[in-house]
Amino acid sequence: MITLASMGSVAPMTPAMPANIQVTLALAIILFAIGLVGFLTRRNMILMFLSTELMFQAAALAFVAFGRMWMDLSGQLMVIFILTVAAAEAALALGLVVLLYRRKETLSSEAWAELKE
Amino acid sequence: MSTVAIIALASAFVTHATAHTPTASMEPALLTTLALALGDGAIAAADGHAVDAAHAVHSTSGYADVGPLHFVKAVANTDFAWLKWMLLAPLVSVILCGAMAMFKVKGRLPALFTVAAFGLSTAMAIALYFQFGPTLFATHAPLTVPFMDWLSLTWGPGPFQSFTANLGFYIDGISMLWMLFVTVLATLIALYASEYMESDLKAGYARFFFAVSLFVTSMLILVMSDNLVGLYLGWEGVGLCSYMLIGYYATQPGATAAAKKAFIMNRIGDLGLALAIFLIWTNYGTVQYDSLFQAIAGSTSEAVQGGWSKAAIPFLLLLAVCGKSAQGPLFTWLPDAMWGPTPVSALIHAATMVTAGIYLLARMAPFYTVQAIGPEWAETALLTVGWIGCFTAFIGATIACGQFDYKRVFAYSTISSLGYMVMGLGVGTAFGGVYYVFTHAWFKALLFLTAGAVMHGMAGQVDFRKLGGLLRVPGFRLTMICMLLGCLWLATAPFSAAAESKDIILLTALTSHVQQVQWMGWIGVLTAGITAYYAFRVWFRLALGPVKIEPGADQHADHGHDDHAGHADHAHGGADAHAGHSAAHGSGTFHPHAPGFRISLVLTLLAIGSVLAGLPSYLAHSQGFNWIQRFVQNSSAWMRAGNSEEHGQILGRDAHSTLFIIATSVVVAGFLLAWILHAKNRALGDRLRAFMLNTTGLKWIPLGSEHGWYVDQFYNAIIGIPAWLGAQLLAFTDRFVIDGVIVAAIGRFPGFIARVFQPLYTGTVQSYALTMAGGIGLIVAWVVWVWLSGGAS
Repeated sequence: MITLASMGSVAPMTPAMPANIQVTLALAIILFAIGLVGFLTRRNMILMFLSTELMFQAAALAFVAFGRMWMDLSGQLMVIFILTVAAAEAALALGLVVLLYRRKETLSSEAWAELKE
Repeated sequence: MSTVAIIALASAFVTHATAHTPTASMEPALLTTLALALGDGAIAAADGHAVDAAHAVHSTSGYADVGPLHFVKAVANTDFAWLKWMLLAPLVSVILCGAMAMFKVKGRLPALFTVAAFGLSTAMAIALYFQFGPTLFATHAPLTVPFMDWLSLTWGPGPFQSFTANLGFYIDGISMLWMLFVTVLATLIALYASEYMESDLKAGYARFFFAVSLFVTSMLILVMSDNLVGLYLGWEGVGLCSYMLIGYYATQPGATAAAKKAFIMNRIGDLGLALAIFLIWTNYGTVQYDSLFQAIAGSTSEAVQGGWSKAAIPFLLLLAVCGKSAQGPLFTWLPDAMWGPTPVSALIHAATMVTAGIYLLARMAPFYTVQAIGPEWAETALLTVGWIGCFTAFIGATIACGQFDYKRVFAYSTISSLGYMVMGLGVGTAFGGVYYVFTHAWFKALLFLTAGAVMHGMAGQVDFRKLGGLLRVPGFRLTMICMLLGCLWLATAPFSAAAESKDIILLTALTSHVQQVQWMGWIGVLTAGITAYYAFRVWFRLALGPVKIEPGADQHADHGHDDHAGHADHAHGGADAHAGHSAAHGSGTFHPHAPGFRISLVLTLLAIGSVLAGLPSYLAHSQGFNWIQRFVQNSSAWMRAGNSEEHGQILGRDAHSTLFIIATSVVVAGFLLAWILHAKNRALGDRLRAFMLNTTGLKWIPLGSEHGWYVDQFYNAIIGIPAWLGAQLLAFTDRFVIDGVIVAAIGRFPGFIARVFQPLYTGTVQSYALTMAGGIGLIVAWVVWVWLSGGAS
């Protein structure tokens, strides 16, 4: 566990104020909810993809908040991972969307409902 | 025409024939046979030719009761470590011939290796006789020689807590006798085969000699081993070689079927041997002959009361004998074994391998005594052995009368002769049985090799109705004279070696005070008459009458291939006909291919050997001891070494002279019948057969005899067809019940489950996501509920 204290140059700090973490977490929850609802209601594949990105960022925000709360760099570390994965996933997902669009000339996810079989 | 005159004639012919053979080229082995017998005289004189008191034959009460057993403990002697080369010499030949077969080396080298290796083994067997024989006969102590560790397990200090079966040698009278005649005959027959198999120089020459060498190696392991597991190793080894050689002409379906039949029928017997070895270990804690015999001698008959596991041993051993020696219910593989090349039939299926059963019976003779298995079972076991042998001798002889393939006649005669040997053991004279093994080995090898020479020359013609007058065909005179000698010996003509040995069996049976044994003796006498008939039926048809030669199906192959008519078309042979003969065939005439020097030489030597095989008996008359009896007296079968009740009576008269008169008249009657029906008036013989075939009440006799009393068909009906039906039933069950119902049901179950839940899958991504979100919501609700109710303190 990498802590600020262990790095030596920075003086140990007291845990952050509870009020701040609650606000930040509330924002993360709102962001997640917006993403979830957007994913559930939209049929446009690009918008659905954007909604998932929104949920990613909500999670990232929560990590940062908890990292700040515990004075721990691991939370921020996770954010870098999440951003990397999200970037890679964005490239892949958008590529797929382009391919799917070429097949059916539409962006609607319902065009692919026959995959249920 | 008196039989005695024929013998005189035959001896004259043989003398005549040998006069043509340069003396210098005579096989030393035969000279030594003579020397052996003479040398033994000196030994007998040295030890006062008295049978040791411990080995005196008890002929008091029931014939299974031979009194208390006593075995002289074996003496280990590493001075005889060179004996291992007796095994290793043929083994080297196995490796060389095998390598040549693998790399497809052409040429006569394999025969050279094989004959040289066998010759070396022969020399060592003879050396062993001269070095160890006198000691054995003086001390009665068998020789053990350690060779190699094989199985040696110990899991505790006490008895029944170790298992030892090393490769070691146990040399007593019978193993020495077997070593002598196996190696001598193997050498001679390998020499014969080197010429006989020449038509196969390009195809299977090396393969043939590979299998023959392996056979001799295994046979020597069988007779030399000092324990039952080693014997079993050799037993399986000879069975494997028999299988390989019967199926030698592997392109012919009949040959492969015969090979499989021989192997499978032998498996039944081998199962008996394996079970017997298991039971012997369970009861005595050892499978080594020496300690086993000591254990039997040390046991008392009180201890064996009700011991089924001991009483079963002799019967299981008998089952093994039935398989290997073609006895009783398991004899049908031997006639089919004639698909193999004739030298193989002579060596394996007449002279040596099939006598392994007799060896086993003699070696395990202590188990057929009261002391080993108790009075009630000992006599039953002996009587069973006797009846199986007697029955087989009779059945084999009756079938031989109906065959037209002369090689098959000799095959059935082998079954019949083996029956006599087994009967000898069963009526209580191992001496008679072993002596007959010895004489039979010579004259039956001779008979098969003459048959092979005829087939070789007549392009594989095996039907004697299509041949005739061969005595007058140039080049075949020696062969037919040798066959005459063989037939005389097979028919147990008076004073022949075979008669001397067979009479011991019949004498013992007829003078027995057990009623059943006497019956066996009378059936044996009757069988001797039948034997004389069928032996001369073949010879008269082949040798006398107008010259008639209808070549067999192997005409274009030039050399005989033991091919039965109608089974032509084998891949080999066609291309390698000798140039000279191809030309002759091309012009449309058939020239019999007279046997060459090596075949003639071997036939002559075997004929001399057959005559000399009677020497022990002639010397017994003049000097009071019998060379073969010596061997048996100094072996594990010593308690059966006598022809018991020397002064017994048959029909109220002196046994010896009465038996001589009865046996002679029966043999002469059979001979005369054959002479009338097959030499003097063949038309009468043919009319008689036609009459019997046309008469409803008599039809079964010629038909049944020709078809082997339908034993094969009977086995097919009671085993083959039910097994086939069972297989069909199982195949149906597999296809429709197991595959169709059970496997299909299991396979379709997941699909069925899937179809139940499939409507939940709409194909809309959002519905899946909603399900997921709902699931997360439920988990969150549950966590919150637990938290609120104070569970997560």
